[in-house]
Amino acid sequence: MSKRVLIVDDEPNILISLEFLMKREGYEVQVARDGEAGWEAACTWRPDLVLLDVMMPRKSGFDVCQAIRADERLAGMRIVMLTAKGRDTDVAKGLALGADAYLTKPFSTRELVQRVRDLLEDAR
Amino acid sequence: MRRRIDPRLWWLLAGAAGVSLAWLGVTIGLIAVTLEPEARARMLDLLGDRWGFVGLMWLFGMMAIAWGLQRAFDVWVVPWRRLAEEARVLLTAQGAPALRERGPAEVRQVARLFNQLVQQCEALRAQMDERLREAARGIEQEKSRLAALISELPQSVVVCNLNGRIVLYNNRARLQFRALSQAPMLAGGAELIGLGRSIYTVFEPALIAHALERIRQRMRRGAAHPSAQFVTATRGGQLLRVQVAPVRQVEGSADGAGELAGFVLVLDNITREHEQAAARERLWLDLTEGSRRSLANVQAALEVLELPDADSALRERLSQVVREEVQALGERVQRLVAEGVDIWGSQWPMEDMLAADWVAAIARRLADVPGLQVTLGAVDGEAWLRIESYSLIQAVVYLARRLHTEAGVTALMLRLQRAPSAGQRPGPRVHLDLVWRPSGDAAVTGLLGWEIDPMRVGDGGGAASVRDVMERHGGTLWVETDTATGEAFFRLSLPAIETAESADAAPLARTESRPEYYDFDLFRSSAATQALDDAPLTAVAYTVFDLETTGLNPTEGDEIIQIGATRIVNGKLLRHESFEQLVNPRRSIPREGILIHGITPEMVADQPDITQVLPAFHAFARDTVLVAHNAAFDMRFLQLKERVTGVVFNNPVLDTLLLSAVVHPAQPSHRLEEIAARFGIPVIGRHTALGDALVTAEVFLRLIPLLAEQGIHTLGQARRASERTYYARLTY
Repeated sequence: MSKRVLIVDDEPNILISLEFLMKREGYEVQVARDGEAGWEAACTWRPDLVLLDVMMPRKSGFDVCQAIRADERLAGMRIVMLTAKGRDTDVAKGLALGADAYLTKPFSTRELVQRVRDLLEDAR
Repeated sequence: MRRRIDPRLWWLLAGAAGVSLAWLGVTIGLIAVTLEPEARARMLDLLGDRWGFVGLMWLFGMMAIAWGLQRAFDVWVVPWRRLAEEARVLLTAQGAPALRERGPAEVRQVARLFNQLVQQCEALRAQMDERLREAARGIEQEKSRLAALISELPQSVVVCNLNGRIVLYNNRARLQFRALSQAPMLAGGAELIGLGRSIYTVFEPALIAHALERIRQRMRRGAAHPSAQFVTATRGGQLLRVQVAPVRQVEGSADGAGELAGFVLVLDNITREHEQAAARERLWLDLTEGSRRSLANVQAALEVLELPDADSALRERLSQVVREEVQALGERVQRLVAEGVDIWGSQWPMEDMLAADWVAAIARRLADVPGLQVTLGAVDGEAWLRIESYSLIQAVVYLARRLHTEAGVTALMLRLQRAPSAGQRPGPRVHLDLVWRPSGDAAVTGLLGWEIDPMRVGDGGGAASVRDVMERHGGTLWVETDTATGEAFFRLSLPAIETAESADAAPLARTESRPEYYDFDLFRSSAATQALDDAPLTAVAYTVFDLETTGLNPTEGDEIIQIGATRIVNGKLLRHESFEQLVNPRRSIPREGILIHGITPEMVADQPDITQVLPAFHAFARDTVLVAHNAAFDMRFLQLKERVTGVVFNNPVLDTLLLSAVVHPAQPSHRLEEIAARFGIPVIGRHTALGDALVTAEVFLRLIPLLAEQGIHTLGQARRASERTYYARLTY
């Protein structure tokens, strides 16, 4: 059974690329357009990995990350944060809240794909 | 006149009596011892009936002695005693007449010597007094020099004693506090700032206490410049940065040198800076995070486009993404340029300047250039600029000199005009034109290159270029030729500012004499430790006020139409801390009243009503004793308004009418004019509320020493004395 990847970002312009890239790797992909929808999808669809933007309407990526980590049923879910907030304090905050990786925009898609592949292989 | 007889005289007389009796006894005894027994018996027989003679003679003798002693006392003792009495008067009362030289020679001599001593002593005292007066004058001069200095500072400075009472403030602080006032149109900040007022009505006591605590810590550690600062938001939403520095006890004071005696506050309104900083931060975030986001989208799209397995629909969609994001980036940069100038340009010390003054300064500088004739064209006298004038003058002078030396221009004209907002950059602008007539067909095209060359003007001038200077001011520069007139000109375009922004540069001159902005005696006062009733009359802060009303019966609908008040702190009348406000009575004003106070219905029509004015006046009178002439009348008006306005005047009250009756009970009239005339106070502006309040204040100040002569020194004593006369007047 293929791995499931949930992409949560409010920018359609990056969703197109990310969705294509993840599907190309053979993952099952779902997309959420804001934090609230992302959180619901994480609970119901139970992805293996979430690509999470920080700045989103309704619920920020930090909130979603914290909620996932607080929920025991979602244990083992991998979280990769993708964000334009590049200050050291933001990186520290993301990792402290339980993200497995924190990529600052702009990033190389090759690197992103590699990180996702590594994280999902570890999980196996 | 019966003279009191000196007890010593009696003692001497008794002694003499004893001695003479003993002498008589011994004489008779000796005679008796030498005689035969029968002769002795005969002698006693002989004397037998004549003892009476012996006693009588003894008495005569004693009287003679008493008379002699009395005389001797009169001559030898009494003059000394009189001398002592007169000398005692001389000692206690200054200016008593010199000792009279009379009596025996020795007494006269002593009197003369004493007089000489007294003269020497008085000469010495006069010298001391003169020296003291000189010293006091010196101190007074130094104090006013310091106060004058501080009053000229562009920063707001407020000095307080440890109780938070204001000891000194400057004009700038006054303006700033006006901006903080809740009732700016009414009290104009005078209810917040004033000598002897508490700074804690403006700032949280905890803020200042915390700052002082940090200062004390630093003082204990021996820091050279112990100071602290805090930023606080005022009720009006303004942000103030407050620097606190200690005022230390001077050498030789009771509490020990170096201890805190008070503190200095330097206030900066940083609302504008803060807004700019916030705007900078917004721009920065927009630039960094926004651009990163767009770049990420573009990069991801490009990297997917490079993959061979992307189909044509996806390729088209991704190309669209790249186009969108690149456009968004472009717009973001454009926005940054437009907003950025205002925000980044403020790092230089800009000041508001009348543009005409700037042009005049340029013309003066250019007048020194030999061979160049400078004339002034049309100059707009109303335009204001916010500029760093030195570098901007230098830039124009640099251009003019190069025109002269390199293009051979000998005549220049300066003109200045305002231009309406145009183009992308909003807001009105000011154009300074440097106009010349090009000789023949000399090219003006190369001239624009000058703006990027580093400036060198005479010996001065830094490496900055004209363009640097212009950009610093949010300005720009170009060369134009007017073919119609055949003129060419450099045009310097600078943003104009609203005249209103420079309004606080206007002088605030209301008083004719130099206002009192300081009272260093407040450093010594410790009002907090003294119950108000026991406070000396000279140390209490007073609000002296007067009301103009529509009539005499507040219970029958008469209303207040004007309130005037002034302050007395530490025995000084503070004319510039006055309060004067017309009040809309919301009713008609009787004709007969208008003849007295001259306040017409038109004058009060657009004035605030009592519900607005009374709270402002209440704030003005906070922590002071109210003084009025016939205070009962004015207080009744104030008290009847307590319910509608919600403010209660529970300040202690003194009445100059009653106090005058205490001091001059025999005078038939205690009307304000009569008392003023008695004291020789010129009455100006009678029957305006402030005019009457000022006269009342002058009267009150003169009553204080007269009350002291009657043993009335404290507020409590004055109130009790007033009550007594009040009842006394009621009974008559």
